[in-house]
Amino acid sequence: MCLAIPAKIESLDALASTAIVNLNNIRKEVSTLLLDEVTVGDYVLVHVGYALERIDPVEAARTLAMFDDMQALGDTE
Amino acid sequence: MKYVDEFRDGDKARQIAELIQSEVRPDHQYRLMEFCGGHTHAIFRFGLVDLMPENIQFIHGPGCPVCVLPAGRIEAVIKLLENSDNLILCTYADLMRVPAGKRDSLHKAKARGADIRMIYSSTDALNIARNNPGQQVFFFAIGFETTTPPTAAAIKIAHHEKLKNFSVFCNHVETPPAMAHILSSGETQLDGILGPSHVSTIIGSHAYAECCKQYSTPFVIAGFEPLDILQSTLMLVRQINEGRFEVENQYCRAVKTDGNKKAQTLMSEIFEQRPLFEWRGLGELANSAIQIKNRFSDFDAEKRFAMEHIEVADIKGCICPAVLRGVSNPDECKLFGTVCTPEDPKGACMVSSEGACAAYYSYGRYRTEVEVVNS
Ligand code: SF4
Repeated sequence: MCLAIPAKIESLDALASTAIVNLNNIRKEVSTLLLDEVTVGDYVLVHVGYALERIDPVEAARTLAMFDDMQALGDTE
Repeated sequence: MKYVDEFRDGDKARQIAELIQSEVRPDHQYRLMEFCGGHTHAIFRFGLVDLMPENIQFIHGPGCPVCVLPAGRIEAVIKLLENSDNLILCTYADLMRVPAGKRDSLHKAKARGADIRMIYSSTDALNIARNNPGQQVFFFAIGFETTTPPTAAAIKIAHHEKLKNFSVFCNHVETPPAMAHILSSGETQLDGILGPSHVSTIIGSHAYAECCKQYSTPFVIAGFEPLDILQSTLMLVRQINEGRFEVENQYCRAVKTDGNKKAQTLMSEIFEQRPLFEWRGLGELANSAIQIKNRFSDFDAEKRFAMEHIEVADIKGCICPAVLRGVSNPDECKLFGTVCTPEDPKGACMVSSEGACAAYYSYGRYRTEVEVVNS
């Protein structure tokens, strides 16, 4: 029930507070009522037809870089 | 899929696991509770248990909304359906096969002719209400804080449109009180908690600060992908080794300290704290759930319909309550895998895609079998 899937926003209807997202190449309309600012190209977490939160690309890259560091550390041991 | 595949890299998973292996103290047992059923399933599905040193143990938590819903609440809905002829029930699919009283379920009620529609979103329930003005649309709302804002939005929209035939049976519950209950009961010793990721996108990581401090227990808000879980486990191991206890946020790509303010404002506009609510397995917990505010009582199904309070006993032998408290493992249940299977579930923990019994059945059972064959 708590699963939410990352999806890219392809278009926005600001008046209706909806967006069309691309979920693994399937297009789906989701509500953006819960978000203040979204722009086309953003990735959002989709849960029961609502975008819950934006995925922060900078933080995501930072987390991925941390995995690489862990790898480096692991390798040297 | 972006933001999924990169977080499932097998080589990196093994590297992080090696790091965990090298950092755990051999003389220490690490009992870590993953609160969410989503974590439990990922841990089994991706074989993370097999990557862990023997002294790290994952204890499965109650984070499965379907599992903690008392069966009597489903039974009450079935009764209502049987006594009315113009009711359309809208429900998320997860609830359909959950055992209610006397081996009944919504699935069986539907087969008997009740008008039950499985929906993907609260928006679908609104559409059904708009398209069927002559019928009452009853939305069976369940879930943790992740799922609450979409329900709040539906009530707000229904209020705005003055929909006369839409109401919500509110069963939304809150995670921090459940966590506090488990930590305070001391029934199972826990050294750290892998905290909810998607719940925390809404309520923020600070929602657990009090709990963490009061029970001196390390918390890490953990994403649902395998690398997220491994990194979070490493972060917990480090907190434990260093004697720290704080709320750390591994899932910072989506969780902020104070969460989603807009969603929180919407929730507090529509809902208020419910003084007491029963959780299956945990019992009655004060201030652990929400109810619809009086201002929106037209949309409150509990007020619109005379809903009965029904007590339903668990099937004899089902140990779901102990599983939900992290006291027992599914494979300790005598019915597991024989009498109780996902095709013919005897308890909610075997139905849901977040239930611990379903995780053991789908992934764990085969693990043991393989081990047996190899030895
Ligand atoms: S295996 Fe089935 S009967 Fe046993 S605890 Fe799990 S859900 Fe209940």
